[in-house]
Amino acid sequence: MKRFVPWIVLFVIAGWIAGNWVPPKAAKDDFNLAKFSKLPVLVGGRVKPFDTVARNSLLITHGKQELRLEDGRTLSAIDWLADVLFNAPVADQYPVFLVQNDEVLGLFGWEQSQRKYFGFSEFAPFLKQIEEQGDQADKLEAVQRSAYQSAILNLRNGIVLYQRLKNSVQLEDTQDFAAELKNYAASVPGAARAAAQAQRGENFDKQKLNDVAELIQKYEKLSEMAYILAVPPLDQSGDWHSVGDSLLHSVATGEIHPIVFEYAQIGDAYRAKDYAAFNQHVDLATNFSSKEQPKAVKRTGFEFLFNRLQPFSQSMAIYVLGFLLACASWLGWNRTLNRSAFYLLLLALAIHSFGLFSRMYLQERPPVTNLYSSAIFIGWGAVIVSLILERIYRDGIGAACAGAIGFVTLIIAHHLAGSGDTLEMLQAVLDTNIWLATHVVAITTGYSAMFLAGMLAIIYIVRGVFTRSLKKQTADSLARMTYGVVCFATLFSFVGTVLGGIWADQSWGRFWGWDPKENGAVLIVLWCAIILHARWGGFIRQRGLMIMAIFGNVVTSFSWFGVNMLGVGLHSYGFMQKAFPWLLGFMISQLALITIASMPLENWRSFNATSDTRDEELPATSAA
Amino acid sequence: MRKIVDLFTSLKLTIVCLAAAMALIFAGTLAQVHLGIHEAQQRYFQSWLVWWPAESRGFRIPIFPGGHLIGAVLLVNLIAAHAKRFRWTWRKLGIQLTHAGLIIMLAGGLFTDLFAIESHMRLERGDTKNYSEDQRHTELAVIDTTDNDLDQITAIPESVLKRNRTIDHWSLPFRIVVRNFYQNSRLRMFAEAGTNARPIANQGPGAMIAVEPIPRTTAADERDVPAAAIEILPKDSGGSLGTWLVSDALGAPQGFSYGGRTWKVVMRTARYYKPYSVTLQKFTHERYAGTDIPKNFASKVTLIDPERSVNRDVLIYMNHPLRYRGETFYQAGFQQDDRATILQVVHNPSFLAPYVACVIVAAGLLVQFGFHLVGFARQKRSTTK
Repeated sequence: MKRFVPWIVLFVIAGWIAGNWVPPKAAKDDFNLAKFSKLPVLVGGRVKPFDTVARNSLLITHGKQELRLEDGRTLSAIDWLADVLFNAPVADQYPVFLVQNDEVLGLFGWEQSQRKYFGFSEFAPFLKQIEEQGDQADKLEAVQRSAYQSAILNLRNGIVLYQRLKNSVQLEDTQDFAAELKNYAASVPGAARAAAQAQRGENFDKQKLNDVAELIQKYEKLSEMAYILAVPPLDQSGDWHSVGDSLLHSVATGEIHPIVFEYAQIGDAYRAKDYAAFNQHVDLATNFSSKEQPKAVKRTGFEFLFNRLQPFSQSMAIYVLGFLLACASWLGWNRTLNRSAFYLLLLALAIHSFGLFSRMYLQERPPVTNLYSSAIFIGWGAVIVSLILERIYRDGIGAACAGAIGFVTLIIAHHLAGSGDTLEMLQAVLDTNIWLATHVVAITTGYSAMFLAGMLAIIYIVRGVFTRSLKKQTADSLARMTYGVVCFATLFSFVGTVLGGIWADQSWGRFWGWDPKENGAVLIVLWCAIILHARWGGFIRQRGLMIMAIFGNVVTSFSWFGVNMLGVGLHSYGFMQKAFPWLLGFMISQLALITIASMPLENWRSFNATSDTRDEELPATSAA
Repeated sequence: MRKIVDLFTSLKLTIVCLAAAMALIFAGTLAQVHLGIHEAQQRYFQSWLVWWPAESRGFRIPIFPGGHLIGAVLLVNLIAAHAKRFRWTWRKLGIQLTHAGLIIMLAGGLFTDLFAIESHMRLERGDTKNYSEDQRHTELAVIDTTDNDLDQITAIPESVLKRNRTIDHWSLPFRIVVRNFYQNSRLRMFAEAGTNARPIANQGPGAMIAVEPIPRTTAADERDVPAAAIEILPKDSGGSLGTWLVSDALGAPQGFSYGGRTWKVVMRTARYYKPYSVTLQKFTHERYAGTDIPKNFASKVTLIDPERSVNRDVLIYMNHPLRYRGETFYQAGFQQDDRATILQVVHNPSFLAPYVACVIVAAGLLVQFGFHLVGFARQKRSTTK
């Protein structure tokens, strides 16, 4: 019976995940927003589905990917975006914007209360003020801004984004857009002729020009405001345009782009709550896009699926479970729990890998392109190495590491995603897959290994000090694992750092520039070198190795995040002030662990229990 | 003697050096926030000792070894330890390779610090230049413009201006006396400067300009504006031709005539002349559609080298520099609404060292840790059996 328990656990959890993944059934008499949300558009330099635009925009303005209304209803991101695009007066009432800073609230004469979220319509009287205050804050460097200035700038950026979104497909106050376009299409050829005549100085029909003048003014505004470029090029090499742009081009071509018509009818049907017409025109727009942009549609369809599956949050949950099972296995019933943990973690790794490779496919890039993806990759690398260790030793230690590091790095990634699209386009100098695939991957693999070594050391210390479960054999194998992982980290950190230097030599003409990120990388290499030499010279033994590995966590976190917070240098691509207290907290916790580890061995529960072994007599790892 | 040898070959010294390097790099990195990357680099990494207080000219004490000192001791330690303990065995191969690579890397780094020259070439569309400029240094150029076809230039580096009071060079029929020298300054017209400002020159526009010394700049995107007052004294007769204010903030050269020849003086960024010329044909700055995120910068230039019979077009863009005659041209930046391109020009005779070192060290680490792994796997197998 016991043999089947791990399999049963695995199937239950896998079934639970599969349940999360079953797509909701579309009702017949409802808008087919799922299909609408797959349509490709260009935002931020990348072709993506409406779904991604909706999620990221809501994340930026609201801080979450769904919206709870005051009446208790919950809107998904695409529900919200559809209202913003086609029915702005309704969307203006939604409590979207997160404002918590009391000075910002005071600016509008509001007192701080339970409410954190406010609707656009509430800010309507203060737009000018918000813009002025935001502009003032924008002039400062991020480091110099006060809490008020950061908050007002955030609000301004959110409101600008919201207003641009509203005016992406149609001007926000438009009612019968399709009829307006038909009228426009009818008068454009005449007006174009009149304009040409006027230019040549011939007689022309002024009325024909006036017919379209007002509309052209509207479309100029639309083209100025648009956030989304929704109109695909008619040939493969052309550019994407906004609806407004495309309509202005129509003056020259005399025709209106078919997709513009479709979007107009989609919007009209949405406002009229005409489900059938909405779905019919979404179908037509989809067919048109798949014919004109087959590659883009395939990709946006996949991205829609990726968004819905949320592989990282699913695997995060399983990592926690795996970690708990692995820890429990040290307390009793160990074989079964241990195997259950291992199977679960393999499942989590599979889902994690699916997410990682999906991102690579969507972006057509190596795995690490920004701070967000570095967190995902560091977790992934560390989990793989941990599971290999678990496979070799089968003592739950590798599994516990895998669960803990997988969970923590994905949590970190989750919090790094707040600034919008995590699949953003890369600055010119980073636009090289060779170096991204070698330098960046090697460096982040080095980070993974450092954190894994630190985690192994933490397990050693915590089990040794607080429990009686750290037997000599376990202690020895932990020491061997830590030592091996530090070697691994040395190799990758060194190679990664030097490859970075070579990249810099290739693109800026200097191998080494003492840039903060470079310094951070070299700190890791130096620390690894110190650990290894201290070990080889016999200056440290088991406990010393563990203490130094934990300090490696401090060095690595400084290199990963700390240097970005300095706000200087060429690598300051991922500045985040908010994370500073967390980083500091992490470092302090590591130093606390080091202090605990430095207690005399008499106070350790484990070694005290087994025998009166003293530090000097602790077995050294077999020196290689 | 034995003790010294023991000290320099000891593993303890290695660890002390590595730890000192970590402390130095950490402190230096934090200092970059206030000092800027360049200044912090000078004080912490490219120095023998770190001084406190750093600014003072008078009393100051060394508080920490600088980057050069730590690097040099480490290099000596490495070489000495390996010279003493060298054994030709397979087991030691990995360690020896690793450390040989590190020696190459450290030595190469030192060599680069001493001999590499970085400069810039700023080109507007259609511009042709046969020199690059060093943004961090200036020179006083004394130009004999009498001949219509050929200018005779005598360039006096900033370091000489700073040190010497009188400059007497064989190519010039006059001596130049440096009356004042300011490393960084602000120039203002008298009308704005107020009443107690006094001119330091009596010729040219300098007679109407007040010079105010200011502290050296630390921002990465700013540079010092050096200024000096120079007096021209003929060699063969007594008297003085006058005193000129020179500063690269002044722009156009100032002229005077002496001995039947016309001369111009100008303080400008130091120039490195090349036996070839570069002409900018076109600069492009691409952005991703609908964003301001730069996608690519590229400069199309024509390279003309009569000596080597070269006349060809070259595209310089991100991660694709032009390497020519020991110098490398990188796309470094742009100016003024994409009208001008800035190319970084680097002469680094030891640029290959890190490439070689990287391969050797990586191979060494692989061999070394490979041995560990194999040994570990054997041990594991024998214990599980």
